[in-house]
Amino acid sequence: MRPIDPRLLQVARSTRRYIVAVIVTGVVTAVLVIVQARLLSGVIVDVTGDGLSFNRVSEAVVALAVVVLVRAAIAWGSEMLAVRASARAKEELRDATVRTVLASGPYGRAGSAPGEVATLVTRGIDGLDGYFARYLPQLVLAVIVPCAILLTLAGQDLLSALIVAVTIPLIPVFMILIGLYTKGQVERQWRTLAAVSTHVLDMIEGLPTLKMFGRAKEQAAAIRVMGDDYRSATVAVLRVSFLSSLALELLATLSIALVAVSVGIRLAEGQMSYSTALFVLLLAPEAYLPLRLVGQHFHAAAEGVDAADRVFTILDADQHSMGGTAPVPRYCVLRITDASVHFDGRTARALESVTFEAVAGSITALVGASGGGKTTLINAIMGFVPLTTGTMGVIGSEGAEVNLSDLDRQAWLSTVGWVPQRSKLIDSGAGSRTTIEGAVRLGRCDATVDEIWAALGAAGIAEEIKGLPAGLQTEIQLGATGLSAGQLQRIALARALVRRPRLLLLDEPTAGLDMVSEAAVVRAVRRIADDGAIVIVVAHRPALVAIAETVVRVASAVDEW
Amino acid sequence: MVRTLGPVWAAMVEERRMLSVAGVVGALASACAVALLGTAAWLIATAAGAPPVLTLTVAAVMVRAFALGRAFLRYGERLIGHAAALRGLTGLRVRVYGRLERLAPGGLAGFARGDLLTRLIADVDSALDLPLRVVLPWAQAALVSAGTVAFCVWLDPSAGLILGCSVVAALVLVPWAAATVTSRSERRIAPSKALLASTVVTALDASADLIAFGEQVTATRRIAVIDADVTSLTQRSSAALGIGSGLGVLLQGIAVVGVLVVAMPAVRQGLLQPVWLAVLALLPLAVFEVLAPLPGSALAYQRLRGSAARLDALELAADSVTEPVVPLMVPPGFRGLELRGVNAGWGAGGAQALRAIDLRVRAGEHLVIVGPSGAGKSTLAAVIMGFLAYEGSIELNGIELSLSGGDGIRGRIGLLAQRSHVFGTTIAENVRLGRPGLSDAQVWEALAAAQLDESVRRMPGGLDAEVGPLGMRLSGGESQRLALARILIDPPPLLILDEPTEHLDGATAEAIEQTIRAATASSTRITITHRLRGICPGDHVIVLRDGRIEAEGSCLELASGVGWFADQLRTELDELEMFEFIEGLPVGIAVIRVPTTGGSIIGG
Repeated sequence: MRPIDPRLLQVARSTRRYIVAVIVTGVVTAVLVIVQARLLSGVIVDVTGDGLSFNRVSEAVVALAVVVLVRAAIAWGSEMLAVRASARAKEELRDATVRTVLASGPYGRAGSAPGEVATLVTRGIDGLDGYFARYLPQLVLAVIVPCAILLTLAGQDLLSALIVAVTIPLIPVFMILIGLYTKGQVERQWRTLAAVSTHVLDMIEGLPTLKMFGRAKEQAAAIRVMGDDYRSATVAVLRVSFLSSLALELLATLSIALVAVSVGIRLAEGQMSYSTALFVLLLAPEAYLPLRLVGQHFHAAAEGVDAADRVFTILDADQHSMGGTAPVPRYCVLRITDASVHFDGRTARALESVTFEAVAGSITALVGASGGGKTTLINAIMGFVPLTTGTMGVIGSEGAEVNLSDLDRQAWLSTVGWVPQRSKLIDSGAGSRTTIEGAVRLGRCDATVDEIWAALGAAGIAEEIKGLPAGLQTEIQLGATGLSAGQLQRIALARALVRRPRLLLLDEPTAGLDMVSEAAVVRAVRRIADDGAIVIVVAHRPALVAIAETVVRVASAVDEW
Repeated sequence: MVRTLGPVWAAMVEERRMLSVAGVVGALASACAVALLGTAAWLIATAAGAPPVLTLTVAAVMVRAFALGRAFLRYGERLIGHAAALRGLTGLRVRVYGRLERLAPGGLAGFARGDLLTRLIADVDSALDLPLRVVLPWAQAALVSAGTVAFCVWLDPSAGLILGCSVVAALVLVPWAAATVTSRSERRIAPSKALLASTVVTALDASADLIAFGEQVTATRRIAVIDADVTSLTQRSSAALGIGSGLGVLLQGIAVVGVLVVAMPAVRQGLLQPVWLAVLALLPLAVFEVLAPLPGSALAYQRLRGSAARLDALELAADSVTEPVVPLMVPPGFRGLELRGVNAGWGAGGAQALRAIDLRVRAGEHLVIVGPSGAGKSTLAAVIMGFLAYEGSIELNGIELSLSGGDGIRGRIGLLAQRSHVFGTTIAENVRLGRPGLSDAQVWEALAAAQLDESVRRMPGGLDAEVGPLGMRLSGGESQRLALARILIDPPPLLILDEPTEHLDGATAEAIEQTIRAATASSTRITITHRLRGICPGDHVIVLRDGRIEAEGSCLELASGVGWFADQLRTELDELEMFEFIEGLPVGIAVIRVPTTGGSIIGG
């Protein structure tokens, strides 16, 4: 990790204001530390010296009290500032991540597993608190405070200033050197810790298997042995890394002791005043404190920066996006010419050259072995995956073909009804609970209740929903649900129908349905085509192929071997 | 604290001796730091009076000794403390594993959701914070503060009293305030964060649907609203977070100023030597440096409570199966399995997955259990394996399952499941799980029986090839063959095959089914499947539907009847027809035809 990550500082405009604020409070803190030492040493000298004026002392004590109050206020205020700035930056990073991943679609390079992204967006980015709220302010203090104290010391006692000036730069140098030496070891150690945890998780997930072979109980001993091995290895590494803090601590305390002793002896010999000696003694430790604290916050900061790195990787991943600006014509033909798809990093083509025309009022069935590229073709029409070769276009009433990639994507998709193999029935807010009405309304947000019922009727499920106690307001819970797979599939069909699509794309709409439900869906699909839509359906059962005017066998290159 | 920290506390108490040593050493280190500044102050103040040099030399030596002592004692404390805490961590890990071992797999049904198990592992690791970040820093601060306050009281009772009050406030009040405020804000922040996480997962899961229907912007906006809520909650609690650091600085200042105010008259009245005033004024500065980490300890304690509560919930979770105190011996071999009126379900209060199941398996018989997904087929396998509690009677070799206990029967029954767990170790170790101490030759033999030997020979390292976490470096087919080899090494008298080819593609599935049939031809088998392909005419078939037995008999009897079996048979025949139809089509171009309505491709 670099001391300062410029990308992180550019995340939010508020971050730049925050940096300014941190520098200002850093300067004020340095001044206050010096003033406090001056006042305190003055008070002590005045009280113990001869001919003290009580008034002057009490004024100094009051001033000291004011300094203390201001320091407390700054400590409290800078903490607040830090948390606020950190919260803003986190919010901005989160928003950018979610927007990018969501926009890249299900096959986008940015999209890793949703759970992983969610962890990154919540717990991972929260790690930035350590960077913004702890490490960064301390780093600023570690630059400002020692410099200010050194200047003050130089004005008071050159020898003490020299001792501090020589030893202070040694601290970061030591930290870097020792850090470089132990970095590999410490990292290896953390990896081992991760390995122990992974091993235990592996055992836990494999418990049914272990139990079956009667070997579950003895694993406890194995875990203990592994833990012991890990402990002795860790302690060996800790010995080295604690040695580095020992060196730093020794350097700091011995320097302070050196200053104290040299000042004390010169004081006894009459070469220095009592007040200067006390002032120097009070200031010297303050010069070392912020540097030692930077080291402590470094680890917490590294975690957050690591998360931020992953966020930037997502944000920087080059995005494929379909979409131009051309308006969508009133098309009645979809023409696919020599279309193929080749995914990076795989030798086989996901979709081998396909050519056909789908016409309004007719049904085109895509058939072929599983893994042959039928779903890939549907995804290409939706714009989720780019074509490697070939073209896809729509033909309007004037007879000119417009390429799909030139169309305004939002407008193009608004003419398409899409029913994937496994529909996620959610409402537009992505709430964890949605009603049947909310799920269908995702298809068209301004649909009336009558239109929703009409779509459900066309999908052949209206009667069953009327029979439910809560009707349209029945909740669809993701995962467990009272609705059957067949019913959910037909609600997804209704969602596509409610937008009165010119093009309907169906991916195995009858998978998992019993004979009666299948017949209902087949009738619905035929009706929609008869009403003038272009229908393309991925079929794996004969009933859907039977009603199609056009059949296209789709195969991947693997299929041909 | 003991009550809320449950198992974490118990595990760390085991190491109390070494942890106490670390605490004492740490306290001495902190004491050296305080004494260093005190002695230095005394040195300067005394030097101001131009005393004999010898007096100063003693002090100068002491200053250096304290400086060295502080550094070396801190080193010792950290080393001893970490070693003891790591030992406690191992103890906790073993304890949690032991608990999970008793619960798995039935009792974990409620835990398996989301990343809770992963979370539990992380919770165990975070137990290190209890001694290292909470107890030891606090105990040291308390010990050193007590000593310093006592010293101040000896010098000047009223100054000691003031220091004592501010130190107690910093020891107790500040951490308490920090903990209370954060726990209140955390309580409100945690649900918002959970909502944020679940909404993000839902939206990303459904990203295709949201884009297809043009609603991705709405979803993003909703997420931004929830995020803004989290941010505003965090900001509101930020004022409270500042209290810790602000109060610390304030208390330190109060102590310094207060001590000065009461000590000054004492100096003037001659009750206190002027030299000691410098010491009294500087000691609070040193003590508060020892007290500085305490607000952080309070926060660490708060976080620890969450982890400990999850581990405690595990300790309190009900066992899914009550193992007998004195298990009855099950006679060796296989003489018969009989289920009478068995009801069973997952988790407490969960729906009954199985109702009134009667079945019987005789030695050498091949029983097939078919039914749609969700019919309770895998639950039935789990009950027979002794993983789930049941009502009714299950007898293996004439001994009731609840009397012999799960461990007693599991050597007699093998299960090849839909997704076999492959451990993240080598090929050989995975096979040796079936029987420890096997020679390499015997491992090769088992691999050959599962027809995995050729692939293993091609792997770098052969038998010692690492399969990666969860067997990720193996294909689905190879994983299943490895699991099969593991079972074949010591073939169990009864073998349950729970759709072992479910997640594999057609050709691989076919090949593995053949291997399994060949390798287990002579053993008693229960085959669980939702497809009829592969059932032999002679097999006895049970149709399971909605947790009940819908029908029972030979293939022929069931095919001619009505119900799931006959429907499924027609579907599979349709697929065959479809397969032949597709084979006759050209690839990649349109074939125009006349649609039919009868549901058959050929028509009418």
